[in-house]
Amino acid sequence: MDEFINIGKRIPKMDAEQKATGSAIYIHDLKIPGMLYGKILYSSHPHAKILSIDTSKAERLPGVKAVLTGYQIPPIKFGFYKDNVPLKANKVCSLRDEIAAVAAIDPEIAEEALDLVKVEYEILPAVFDPEEAMKEGAPLIHEEHVGGKEKKPTNVLNLPWRLISGDVEEARKNSVCVAEDRFKVTWVAHCCLGTSGCVAQFDQKNNLTMYSITQIPSLAQRDYTDALAVMGLKDKKVRVIKTTIAGGFGSKLDTYAFEYIAILLAHKTRKPVKFLFTREEEFFATSPRQPAIIDIAQGCTKDGRLTFRDIRMTLDNGAYTSWGATTPSVMMMPISSLYKVPNVRYVARCVYTNNTYSQAMRGYGTPQATFAIDSQIDILAEMAGIDPLDFRLRNANTPGEVTPQNFKINTCGLKECIDAVAQKLDWRQNRGRKDGRGVGMASMIHVGGGARVYKSDGCGTIIKIDDFGTVNVITGATDMGQGSDTVIGQIVAEELGVRVEDVVVTHTDTDICPWDVGAHASRTTFVAGNSAIGAAKKVKQQLLEVAAHSMGESPENLDIRDRTIFSKKDPEKKSPLGKILRAAHYAAGGSMVMAEHFYDPSNENLDREFKGNLSVTYAYGTHGVEVEVDKETGQVKILKYIAAHDVGRAINPMLLEGQVYGGATMGIGYALTEKLVLQNGRVVNPNFLDYKLLTAKDVPNIETLVIETNDPFGPFGAKGIGEPGSVPTAPAIANAIYDAVGVRIKDLPITPEKILAGLKQKGK
Amino acid sequence: MKRTISFTLNGDPVQVEIEPHLTLLQLLRDKLELTGTKEGCSMGECGACTVLLDGKTINSCIFPAMEIEGKSVTTIEGLADAQGSLHPIQKAFIDYGAIQCGFCTPGMVLSAKAFLDENPKPTEEEIRNGIAGNLCRCTGYIQIVQAIKAASGQ
Repeated sequence: MDEFINIGKRIPKMDAEQKATGSAIYIHDLKIPGMLYGKILYSSHPHAKILSIDTSKAERLPGVKAVLTGYQIPPIKFGFYKDNVPLKANKVCSLRDEIAAVAAIDPEIAEEALDLVKVEYEILPAVFDPEEAMKEGAPLIHEEHVGGKEKKPTNVLNLPWRLISGDVEEARKNSVCVAEDRFKVTWVAHCCLGTSGCVAQFDQKNNLTMYSITQIPSLAQRDYTDALAVMGLKDKKVRVIKTTIAGGFGSKLDTYAFEYIAILLAHKTRKPVKFLFTREEEFFATSPRQPAIIDIAQGCTKDGRLTFRDIRMTLDNGAYTSWGATTPSVMMMPISSLYKVPNVRYVARCVYTNNTYSQAMRGYGTPQATFAIDSQIDILAEMAGIDPLDFRLRNANTPGEVTPQNFKINTCGLKECIDAVAQKLDWRQNRGRKDGRGVGMASMIHVGGGARVYKSDGCGTIIKIDDFGTVNVITGATDMGQGSDTVIGQIVAEELGVRVEDVVVTHTDTDICPWDVGAHASRTTFVAGNSAIGAAKKVKQQLLEVAAHSMGESPENLDIRDRTIFSKKDPEKKSPLGKILRAAHYAAGGSMVMAEHFYDPSNENLDREFKGNLSVTYAYGTHGVEVEVDKETGQVKILKYIAAHDVGRAINPMLLEGQVYGGATMGIGYALTEKLVLQNGRVVNPNFLDYKLLTAKDVPNIETLVIETNDPFGPFGAKGIGEPGSVPTAPAIANAIYDAVGVRIKDLPITPEKILAGLKQKGK
Repeated sequence: MKRTISFTLNGDPVQVEIEPHLTLLQLLRDKLELTGTKEGCSMGECGACTVLLDGKTINSCIFPAMEIEGKSVTTIEGLADAQGSLHPIQKAFIDYGAIQCGFCTPGMVLSAKAFLDENPKPTEEEIRNGIAGNLCRCTGYIQIVQAIKAASGQ
């Protein structure tokens, strides 16, 4: 059955040649005549009053064009909680606090100028542990921040993360087995291979062009427009132009201090100003995945049916707030809807500390929550004396289910995923040998059909066709390497009856591209894909009408295949697409073949209780792993790694596998090696020698099993697959390690030292 | 004080005046505007800046430009042939999905070329060792390994 000419094909990425030859232009490569280079001076202390800043020497350094401090800028506030400012005055709250910034004719002079800025501090007591920060008398990060009924100063953020469904206390009483554990997860960095940067440029009328690597062009445009208004530049235009993006993974879902500083310096100097982070800056001054302390209890009946799930979570918010603080709302997804669990209670607190502040990262909280949930599923299964495979199958979600968070599960391949993994691992043979080799599995749920986190979850597409039959697709989506341009190109080509090589996709410029809420929630294939289908259908109708006129047929009798419009009644009656277009353009009273479509999925915002059908469809999956643990060294070797995913339909199996491989590899790093180490608020491993990113030698061969459930709402049946690959990895590995040596590690990463300590403890 | 150095760059002779402290990466990117070579860490740890010096890989970000005097440097811009036909390794990277964000790609392709030139039929383990100095955050290396295997005709 090969009904499609573009869908389901292993088509190389549209930009692959450019990238393979080094001709793709990243922010690192961008130079504009007259451009200045910016550098930022960061705080020397995690918590201190700024007594004075003297920039006079820096200003006098030849080549320096401007120096700014927090005392000279308008009150621009940014971030999800609006608690951050581009340059800090009066007080610093973390070591990444920006104190002063320089624009100079080259980066070396800018760097030299930073050394000439003199700052006097009065050191304040600091707090680096969220549980300490919640105590009475703890240092206050933001003295003006109040919370609770009495509106008292507090480090606990006023965020409403609380989900309750059913009666957890009653269910606990009626459970035969109850497991209670504390899990801990820590900071990990996105580690995009290209560091962060931007170029800000004003024109003579004070309109701003921002060369950017954002994942959220339309929302960033609004953030910058708001900032311009605060700068006294109300109603000025903002254009966001994306260069090639060198890795996203959630790191570019917000706007950041350095971008506002670039805007302020560009405005002051009347020159384009570029910022480009060093790798050290990338590690300590961008926002990692946040740490969490997870207290979790789950119960089951005698025959292993889940009765309740009860979670209290404390997250280290750091000193300021980005989307990291909203991950508890997304964690509700696995907490409420991974396996059938009738009673759920979840409360999360985000607490200010003097640490770095966090951002969402691939999975948006679900890897953290899933580590706790699915590690504990194995613990609970053991208590109940049930094989964890059977336990999972017994509780697996099924099509047609409505979960405690009111998610409406339509297509659901979870059981198929669990079965496929068990078969590949030869589970019944290999489980429970306790001989240093072991198998483990864990599952995941993620939004697969958009996620209505804003009032709109929409994306626009414009399609036009030129004189030669080339199809120009102008999309709101953001390709950051995952390949959305190619997938959108395949979808449009299929719908129009042309080949993907006839399609050119543009996504880079807010002056040209339609609106979109951004590349998050694995939503691009689903939402931008459906948007592209809508526009393609309209364009096709126009094409057929134009062709009907010149071919002397009725539009209903015409169709397009392989760049040719033909009569369905008489296939010999046909005309190449380009010829039809030229006929339309050159005719007296001619017409332009062009259409737009805005698609906003039929998903729901969560209500005040955090319930609602957040996504049109959900993506389930299961990872299985076989490990060998060296009892002498504590080293874990992954012998086999299976990743089974319900993907709806694979539009491009090669790119899809790439997402799963990359996601799972990130998950393996999260499980075993990666940790951004903070000591008294300072990142002490801001380089690739000490931050253990996996190399080609460390990564096992990962086998991807594609389960196609052909979702009725997905573009050609597809669900989102950008994040799922990274979600269930850590618990699958933790469970396999337990099966191998009987040691249960509950805090990440699972280092050899922790395994050895566990073995020692067990030997006692 | 500036010095003049002469070397071969992607097959062509080059003579250029440079400050002695310049790294090869700065020379390539900033002076010669060959921006295909990427800077990922500037500490010789990520391999994004890999170029070939007399056929062997080096991290150009920590390599003094002065030391290329009389030698031959190959960057990603020099890999396609004179007619613009891509090198088989580049083709394989494209066809096997080995490229996502693409920032590690130039360095990765050159590392692959250096060791395939020495070891035309490597095992998978040898391939993995051969690119162990090049970090990638997107792909999990799997399709990169597949591409290199394919480029070696296996």
